[in-house]
Order: sequence, then structure tokens, then C-alpha cells
Amino acid sequence: MHMADALVSPAVGASLWVAAAGLIGYSSRKVQQDMDDRRIPFMGVLGAFIFAAQMINFTIPGTGSSGHLGGGMILAILLGPPAAFLTLASVLTVQALFFADGGLLALGCNMFNLGFFPCFVAYPLIYKTIVKDKLSERRIAIGATLSAVLGLQLGALGVVFETYFSAISDLPFFTFVLMMQPIHLAIGIVEGLVSAAIVVFVWKARPEILKWSVSAKPAPAAPLKKVLAGLLLATVVVGGLLSWFASTRPDGLEWSVSRSTGEEELGAPKSGLYAWLAALQEKTAFLPDYDFKGTRNEAAGDPWPAAEPGTSLSGLLGGSLTLIALVLFGLFLKRKKKQHVPH
Amino acid sequence: MSRIESTFFDIGTMDTISRQDTLVHRMDPRLKVLATLLFIVCVVSFGKHEISALVPFLVYPLALTVLGDLPVAYLLRKLLVAAPFAVLIGIFNPLLDQEVLVRIGPLSLSGGWVSFFSILLRFTITVGAALILIATTGYHAVCMALEKMGAPRVFVVQLLFLYRYLFVLVDEASRMVRARSLRSFQGKGTGMSVFVSMAGHLLLRTMDRAQRIHLAMLCRGFDGTIRPFRPLKIRAWEVMVFLGWAGLFIGMRLYNVPRLLGTWVQGFVS
Repeated sequence: MHMADALVSPAVGASLWVAAAGLIGYSSRKVQQDMDDRRIPFMGVLGAFIFAAQMINFTIPGTGSSGHLGGGMILAILLGPPAAFLTLASVLTVQALFFADGGLLALGCNMFNLGFFPCFVAYPLIYKTIVKDKLSERRIAIGATLSAVLGLQLGALGVVFETYFSAISDLPFFTFVLMMQPIHLAIGIVEGLVSAAIVVFVWKARPEILKWSVSAKPAPAAPLKKVLAGLLLATVVVGGLLSWFASTRPDGLEWSVSRSTGEEELGAPKSGLYAWLAALQEKTAFLPDYDFKGTRNEAAGDPWPAAEPGTSLSGLLGGSLTLIALVLFGLFLKRKKKQHVPH
Repeated sequence: MSRIESTFFDIGTMDTISRQDTLVHRMDPRLKVLATLLFIVCVVSFGKHEISALVPFLVYPLALTVLGDLPVAYLLRKLLVAAPFAVLIGIFNPLLDQEVLVRIGPLSLSGGWVSFFSILLRFTITVGAALILIATTGYHAVCMALEKMGAPRVFVVQLLFLYRYLFVLVDEASRMVRARSLRSFQGKGTGMSVFVSMAGHLLLRTMDRAQRIHLAMLCRGFDGTIRPFRPLKIRAWEVMVFLGWAGLFIGMRLYNVPRLLGTWVQGFVS
């Protein structure tokens, strides 16, 4: 399930963009380093294959409804994590641009949910430990099924967390978890069975393909850990900065810092850049305030500015006038263009 | 079956639209990508109960649609197809947040409905902006812009390859689906086992194709880079246009134009 721009706040979107960009950078270097050129067209064609396979629907036994392939696990098994991540990221980019699945800001979230979890978590932790180097039909089937299920569960959980921290939707955390996880368990099992069957099919027909990816290279243990630590740090920094900037009460951070350190020492930086930023922020409240559920009751004391009848009336009036002005503007442009055409 | 082919046709339509030659299409892709990103960030950065301040942002998609000669009905249809997820999650807001937020005369509206409409408006604006970006720029140009802006080359090459083979493989898949649906009656034959063998065969053929492509590319001197046919260059007036839009977005972000207008009109009337 794709995360959508409309539900993402800039802080969450940007944090996960940073994470996804880091993973793309890491995977690109990895692919360039230790793979032969043959992989590059292979990745491209496999990405297109995922689209094509998604167009073949099948009926899910026992339900009468129809489903299609997600494809993350197949890619991970055939290509290995870095190349599979790049391929999935490209698939998601095309979906965001052409099919309006998700959106550009949520693209980072989607790459993380649907790419990172299956490729970098489920594949090494489950598939690799079950299958190891001993390829057999049963091992492949069990490994692929379980890791597809885990990957989708984590991805669904990712959607829940992102939605929750963006605080655009009012859904309470646990209700949303209870909605998402069981549905995605069912989807994951079907996806897992189908992925396993396809991988086994390929293995039977062309065993060398799977052997190649098994023996391709040692798992990149140490560098990946470093990269992940760096990514985590970057994500936290970006998220933290943005959500500080976002707080509508400019003294939010100040308040909590002074609460924990004992006030006066921090009085000094109130001039210069800090003060300027605070003033700017006070004036504009550039990003929405994230009323994390905990602070909600506190904030209830001073409700949204729009609550006064006067301002909501002027908002409605002004909004309608703006809309009319926009329509007129559009018609005007069209007129203008028509006049230009004859030349 | 018709759905499958129409999805494919969609990419083709988008591609055709993006090959038009209008003022908007001729602008440098980098500036369009940057403008779209700035636009989206400005729009989603509003509080969740904001509606009126979002309205003026429609000016950007509107202007591009008109100046770029984009088919409005087609774009709206694409938006509708993509809407379910945002609507599905957003529809809970009215149930969960019933505190009255807006009161106009006898009418009152709960915070939940306000934020639901805000989600719908955000969805329309942001997704619309992404669709318009591709419709006025074209996929290749967007990829080239990404590379120029620092995306890893392997990833960009991957994006280009994916797009190129999308058309080929989707054609192949839709032929397979047509063949299957002509041979399956009352749902027989559309099950998982048939699907697996279809997808498996498609995969095997795909891999053979990849190998042939690679050989053919090597024969033509492929060295891992794809060279653009037309070099990108930014002209001064394009920068001015970009800065104008950027200033407008930031201005609309900082000042709630409709509310100011509304207050002014109210004051004027009374």
C-alpha cells in the first residue's frame, strides 16, 4: 500500500527522503563496485517485469477476489539487496510519476516501506538464514514465503508510523495498526506463496540464475551497518530540525531544554541567528504544528486560530473569491493562447 | 482485460502529451523539478485544518495545464483512479474529531470534516503537480535533470532502462493476459498456479532479453553512461520565471491570501 503525499507532513517526508536517498547512494556504489555490467540491463528489464507481472491478475483461492504481485521479494532473491533496492526504487518512482501512486514527497516513505524492509531486513534475516547456500525447493519456498510476509508486515507498520507522526490523519495508533496488520498479513501470505512459486519455477528451469546470486558475493556486513547508523543519524537530525522549526509555539524547544538543563545559561543565544530564526518562525510557523497525541490535551486550551466564527467566515468568503479569480485567470490564459495560435 | 490495456495506453498517452512543444514544455527540466518540489513542500506544510490558504495554490497546476495544453479530463481521471488510499484514511477524521471548528451562521462543521476536505485538497494539488511535471517535461528529461542534480548515475540509468522496457514487457504481458482470458471460462484458469507459470515464463523470457540487450549494447560501445540527445541549458528568462513562481509559493505560504481578501471585502461591505 502506498503512502500518500496528502497524509505526510514535511518533517516525516523529508526525513525518509534523506534515508531513501542515502540507501540509493549506498546501493548505487555497491552495484557499481562489485557487480559486472551485465546486472545493469538485467535490473532495468526486471523492473519492467514487475510492472508487467502486476498487470496479470489472478484469483485468490477461497475469496473470489483478485490480487496481483508486489514483487519485492522476487527481486531481492534474484538480484541481491542493493540491486533489488535500486530496482524497486525505480519502479516506485515511475508509479509516483505516472500512476499517481503516492506522490513525490511520500516517495521516500514508499521506498523505505516497500524497498528497504524486504531487501535489507526480510531478505538477509529470513531468506538467507533459511536457505543459506543449500538450495532446495522446500528451503526456497519456506524462505521466500516467510520473508515476503515479514517484509509486508514491516512495510505496513512503516505506513502506520509515518501516518501517525505526520498527524494529518486522526486515526489513533492502535486502531490503525489493527486495521493494517491483519490485511497485510493476508496479502503477505498470498504474495509470499506466489513469489516462492515463481522463484522455484525459475530455479527449476534455470538453476544457474539462483546459484549465481547465492555465490555472488559475501554479505556486506560491516559497511552496511555503518551506512545504517549514518542514515539513522541523518534522519533523526533532519526530522528533529524540521519538527523544531515546525512547532507553532516558538518556545517549544526552548521550554523543554530549559526544563531539562535549568534555564538561565541558555538565555544567551537569544540574539543573532537564533533569535532571527525564532522570530521568523513565530511570524510564519513555516511547518504545521505536530500535535503529537501526548501534547494534544494541552493544546486543547488554545484551539486552532480558525475556530473564531469571524475568521472562518472571512476564510470562506476569501476562498470562494480566490477560486473565482483562479477560474477567470485560467479562462484568460486560454483566451490569450488561442489568440497566439494563428501566427 | 480492457483495464490492462488502458493502463498501458496511459503511459503512452502521458508520453505523447509530454512531447508537445509549448512554452512550458521548453523550460529546463531542472527548474521544473525544483519548482514542483518547492510547491509540494509548501502545500503539505500547512496545518491539517487549513483549507482556505490552500486554494490559491491551485494557480500553479492551472497555469501549467492551460499554458502546456494538457488535457484536463484525462488528468482528472488519473487523479480519481489514485484517490482511494487518501480518501480511505482521511474518511476516519470526521468520525474521530467531532469538535466543532467552523461556525458560519447556523451551520457548523467539525474539525474532522475540515481536515478531511483539507486532505482531499492536498491530494488533488500534490498529485496533480506530480502528474503535470511528467506531462510537461517527459520522463527522459526528468531523469536527466535528476542526474544533473546529483542522483547516482546507476540509478538514473536504471530509471531509463526501466522506462524503455516497460513498453515492451507490458505489451507482452497484455498479450498473455488476453490469451488466458480467451481460454478460461467461469473463472477457471485464472487461479494462482496458472499465474505462477505465466509469470515464471515471462520472467525467463525477460532474462533472456536482458542478456541479448546487454550484448547488443556492448557491441555499440555502451560504457555505463547514457548521453542525452540535447544538452540541458538554463536560460536567464527561465531562471526569472522560476524565481517568480518560487516567490509566489513562499508568499502564498506566508500570507493567507483568501482570508486577507475576505477580511478586506467584509470591511469594505460594512
